[in-house]
Amino acid sequence: MSVALLQVRELSKNFGGFTALDKVNVEVARGERFGLIGPNGSGKTTLINCVSGVLENDHGSIQFDGKEISGLPAYQRTRRGIARSFQIPRPFASMSVLENLLVPLEYVSHGKVEQAHDILRQIGLADKAETRSNQLSQVELRKLELARAMAARPKLLISDEAMAGLSSNEVGEVLEILFKLNATGITIIMIEHIMQAVMKFSQRIICLDAGRIICEGTPQTIVANPEVQKAYLGA
Amino acid sequence: MTRFLVGAIAVLALAASMPFVFQNEYFFFAGYVVLQLIVMATAWNILGGYAGYVNFGSGAFFAVGAYTAVALYKAFALPLGLQILAGAAASGLLGFGVGLLTLRLRGIFFSIATIAVAIILETVVVNWAYVGGAKGLPTLRPTDTPFFASHTVWLFFVMAVLAVIAVGAARYVETSWIGRGLRAIRDNEVAAECSGVPTLKLKLGAATLSGALMGAAGAPYAQYLSFIEPTSAFSLTHAVNALAMPIIGGMGHWIGPVIGAVLLGSVQQIVTVTISSEINVLVVGVMLVVFVVAAPEGIIGLFRKFFPARKR
Repeated sequence: MSVALLQVRELSKNFGGFTALDKVNVEVARGERFGLIGPNGSGKTTLINCVSGVLENDHGSIQFDGKEISGLPAYQRTRRGIARSFQIPRPFASMSVLENLLVPLEYVSHGKVEQAHDILRQIGLADKAETRSNQLSQVELRKLELARAMAARPKLLISDEAMAGLSSNEVGEVLEILFKLNATGITIIMIEHIMQAVMKFSQRIICLDAGRIICEGTPQTIVANPEVQKAYLGA
Repeated sequence: MTRFLVGAIAVLALAASMPFVFQNEYFFFAGYVVLQLIVMATAWNILGGYAGYVNFGSGAFFAVGAYTAVALYKAFALPLGLQILAGAAASGLLGFGVGLLTLRLRGIFFSIATIAVAIILETVVVNWAYVGGAKGLPTLRPTDTPFFASHTVWLFFVMAVLAVIAVGAARYVETSWIGRGLRAIRDNEVAAECSGVPTLKLKLGAATLSGALMGAAGAPYAQYLSFIEPTSAFSLTHAVNALAMPIIGGMGHWIGPVIGAVLLGSVQQIVTVTISSEINVLVVGVMLVVFVVAAPEGIIGLFRKFFPARKR
């Protein structure tokens, strides 16, 4: 097997005196469907922020595609193939839905407008292409987050709670999209609170609690793990 | 592009033909101010309108252009064209430097930093005896102005050229990939960065260009007034005008600052002549409040609202 696509070693991040991540080690293989779970405040989004370059890690290394990327600005990481959606949607509100996709298309993948239309069709926003993105519903905004990440043609797509607040039908829709993307060879990291979705989607899951990995394994081993149960249920 | 080029040439031809229409030199004296406002408003809009970084220190960039020109004129008697280039270079450099130091700050912090820069630079100039310090420096106008009836008419034409260059530059920025990147920064900087937009580079580029254009607008200032002193060169009025005009005209489109500057600049000139020069600041203030409350997307926004079919 080739080198892992993403290799995070001994990654630490502090906010003042608060340790958000404490020597975290994660490896994600090429083409893998990888789940990241943990209670609120456990460091999932911080980990993703460090990987995507939104935050600078204090210690440790992040290797992507065999090269060290910690220290690089976020836009360069995106150009190397890491794209993400945001937990709280961050649309380019003055632009139409289509234009939102044109930003990564122009700056990263140098694709054509048709590709943006293709992505919108896949994700079910085709009829909203010309709508200004501040007119979208919450569900549509979450889809736009994914669509914009897809437009960067990433090797690794990080979906940060793309399904929060969606109905079970819509969760199914988004899952299907992510499965299809994965089938085309894109590695996917999914952060999610909707257990059914993560369990169904992920081949491997890591559970974070208070900035440390408390369990790693297949969905079955994760649910069976007493520490995970304790972290989630407080039992 | 060609349509814009034709328009630009037409505007310049119109400016050049004005001496045949108007004999009264005051027209050119007032027209110069309106054209200068177009350059300032357009320059401000590149950083403030497109990227959403509000510069309150426009007066500093204007004054650095003016004082660079004065210093070089006094030292080497440089011709006006070179003074303008040097003024633009100095203010562009200032834009880059200020950007490097402050553009990592977001929103209001950047704006506060620009005010600080203006105050610091004004203090420096007040204490710089070579260019007159606080009491100012009279500057002699060159006596010969070939092809033009008077020096004022010549300066009017020079400023018309600068206005066309500024608007052309702004339009290029707006319609190219740079413009989309700047808009993405304005809407959401983190998302822009994660969508592959090199935010710091683009902001620095915008700050440099914006500063350079303001410096160019300021360079002929001493010749225009035959005098320069720090209070008027660094005046907050420059900053207020530079941001009020794009807001009133509309910040999303290059024509917005032009409309705002022509409208407000003309009203100011008329008010100055007919009522009082003090009132014109009030005019800007009142119109700014009215537009921010009633039409936040400016005159362009109103136009689009009433003629929705017309797309830019």
